Amino acid sequence: MAPLALDPIDLALISATQSGLPLVPRPYHSVAEKIGIPAEEVMARLTSMLENGAIRRIGLVPNHYALGYRANGMSVWDVADDRVDELGERIGHLNFVSHCYRRPRCPPHWPYNLFAMLHGKSREEVTAYAEEIRVLLGKASRASDILYSQGILKKTGLRIT
Amino acid sequence: MPVQPVPLDEVERRILNGLQGGFPICERPFQEAANALGLDEVELIERIERLIKAGVLTRFGPLFNADRLGGANVLAAMSLPQTDFDRVAAFVNAQPEIAHNYRREHHFNLWFVGAAETPEKVESTFSYIELVSGYPIYRFPKEREFFVELKLKA
Repeated sequence: MAPLALDPIDLALISATQSGLPLVPRPYHSVAEKIGIPAEEVMARLTSMLENGAIRRIGLVPNHYALGYRANGMSVWDVADDRVDELGERIGHLNFVSHCYRRPRCPPHWPYNLFAMLHGKSREEVTAYAEEIRVLLGKASRASDILYSQGILKKTGLRIT
Repeated sequence: MPVQPVPLDEVERRILNGLQGGFPICERPFQEAANALGLDEVELIERIERLIKAGVLTRFGPLFNADRLGGANVLAAMSLPQTDFDRVAAFVNAQPEIAHNYRREHHFNLWFVGAAETPEKVESTFSYIELVSGYPIYRFPKEREFFVELKLKA
């Protein structure tokens, strides 16, 4: 989707909230005070950002490892071009998939065009999830692989402003 | 960075399972969210503070979509021999435009995300890494994102 037009107040709002909301009874009022606009405007702008997709969701962001999700597997699939969009939508809705994208193949090194990130408490669990995807894709998938993480070397989060 | 699993009590599980999205936008959102979870406002705020301190949560608040805000981010991979892995991985990490970097078990053993205000800036970082390291970068820009409804069960 195309980028949204953001004004300086939007940018100030993003900058003031991207690392978290203040943990006080009136968090939006506290943000409003910080950037110098009325609380009603903070709430109206956040509501419209939720509606237009600038904000995916508001809530808590868990640390996978602390919840015991130690196995992280990037499952990759070579799916027929005329089926990949329809099947990608269905895979995204499986409740164990955290990200799902269509990406270009890179032949001859890389035949896969569908990426689905899987999280589990063990590799066995991740393998079982991949098996569910395999069944769902059926003959539309010609090849697949799972790339397990051996370590996070860097994770800064996306700093927007 | 990975931490050990943290033991959670029943209330904490309820909070984690119930509040991964849908936090209200109103004057007293913690009060409203607490009511829905059968807690009171102060208790919910204190619990969230504790979960952040214990590392169970990385953050509490809005999750922005960088694509919709005009930023560019591109997934990329490299295939590095073990003898050069640490040196090149450290060089990749040192670039401020690299947001995430993972080691993975595969012929393509280094996977990272380049993020910047523009696609040109991401591309110039990738070209620089290729030039200095002497290894090619394979680019996997997203062509389409499929909707996900992530709920990690606590």
